[in-house]
Amino acid sequence: MKPVKCVVWDLDDTVWSGILLEDHRVEPRPEVLAAVRRLDERGILQSVASRNDHDTAMARLRELELADYLLHPQINWNPKSNSIAAIARSLNIGVDALAFVDDQEFERDEVAFAHPGVLCADVADLDRLLDDPRLNPSHVTEESRSRRLKYLADNRREQDERSFAGTREEFLATLGMVFTIAPAGEADLRRAEELTVRTNQLNSTGVTYSLDELRRFAESPDHLLLVADLEDRYGSYGKIGLALVERGPVWTVKLLLMSCRVMSRGVGTVLLNHLMRLARADGARLRAEFRPTDRNRVMRVTYGFAGFREIETREDGTVILESDLETIQPVPAHLTLNVG
Amino acid sequence: MSENVRNAIRGFISPKFPGVDWEDHEDLFSFGLVDSATAMELVMFLERRFGVEIPPQDLDIANFRTVDAMTALVGRLGGAAVS
Repeated sequence: MKPVKCVVWDLDDTVWSGILLEDHRVEPRPEVLAAVRRLDERGILQSVASRNDHDTAMARLRELELADYLLHPQINWNPKSNSIAAIARSLNIGVDALAFVDDQEFERDEVAFAHPGVLCADVADLDRLLDDPRLNPSHVTEESRSRRLKYLADNRREQDERSFAGTREEFLATLGMVFTIAPAGEADLRRAEELTVRTNQLNSTGVTYSLDELRRFAESPDHLLLVADLEDRYGSYGKIGLALVERGPVWTVKLLLMSCRVMSRGVGTVLLNHLMRLARADGARLRAEFRPTDRNRVMRVTYGFAGFREIETREDGTVILESDLETIQPVPAHLTLNVG
Repeated sequence: MSENVRNAIRGFISPKFPGVDWEDHEDLFSFGLVDSATAMELVMFLERRFGVEIPPQDLDIANFRTVDAMTALVGRLGGAAVS
């Protein structure tokens, strides 16, 4: 059973009682309002698939203060199966991770026929839906709780970047980015685990770590487990970077990764440069393990451009890189670095 | 041949540093941003434009620091401008 990541609502006689085009003052169902807030607290995203007049419906959703809960709303006259597919695409999640709530059996059947993996429910069965294990994640990280706000911030940022007249560097300079690096605390470990599983490109080894393994590293005096987060004037990107370093006379970067969401933000090398400064201050040499995968070449390029050179290839294919720590790039001018 | 390679590289770099005067022997990274995305973009540009594959041990900043160095790298790898 796949967890549901997004609940898609119908509007007429589902979110509100009545038909909007017959009565512009339709009132929302109280149980739906409560459900919207509960799902949001569980970190489940929400959207709309409604056959309606787009501008009229959006105006009413804004009046009811629901618009900010509903990402990439699909309000048009097309079949709802198309709208469901569009929502999954826009959120970059599988269509099987959606649930769809509609009072009309015909609409539920049309969606279920096109997308058998979508969990379809009648609004009359809302209580049962909310109790469904697929809508009850076993743990809710701070990251998942604020996922919706991140999507909203991403949308605004993307719109502004598209309409910005200058160069990319000039746009980055307007963002007021703050990059924070701190040792991983207990509350960060879930997200750290999630990053090792989800990050493919800017990932030095592709090795995933369990929560317990990460906790041991966080507590170990011989290791350094650092998490990085990024925010700008649009909001927080959340925890987007992770580094695991084994300390000794030679420091070894066992894992370095950065979320792909920030690859174009000019921050990909900031965490690595920080590790280089720490090792130099400690008088240690700095090596890094790199395991090539079919998607992480950009991480090999990142190491190479930071001045790392190959010194050894192990039998299992792991490449050992070393930096002479002579040249370390300064923190880019467009961001502020905080070290916790 | 190497003049073509040099000009093509210059053409790719120029828009990245608008309003900056630079020479082929100057360190491009001293002018600013080199993040993972830009570095990868540069590597992909050289490979596609000149039909070469840059092996891991050549993914070294020394090969990319200046237009001279990139021109030499492409020449060493047997690349020719594809256009």
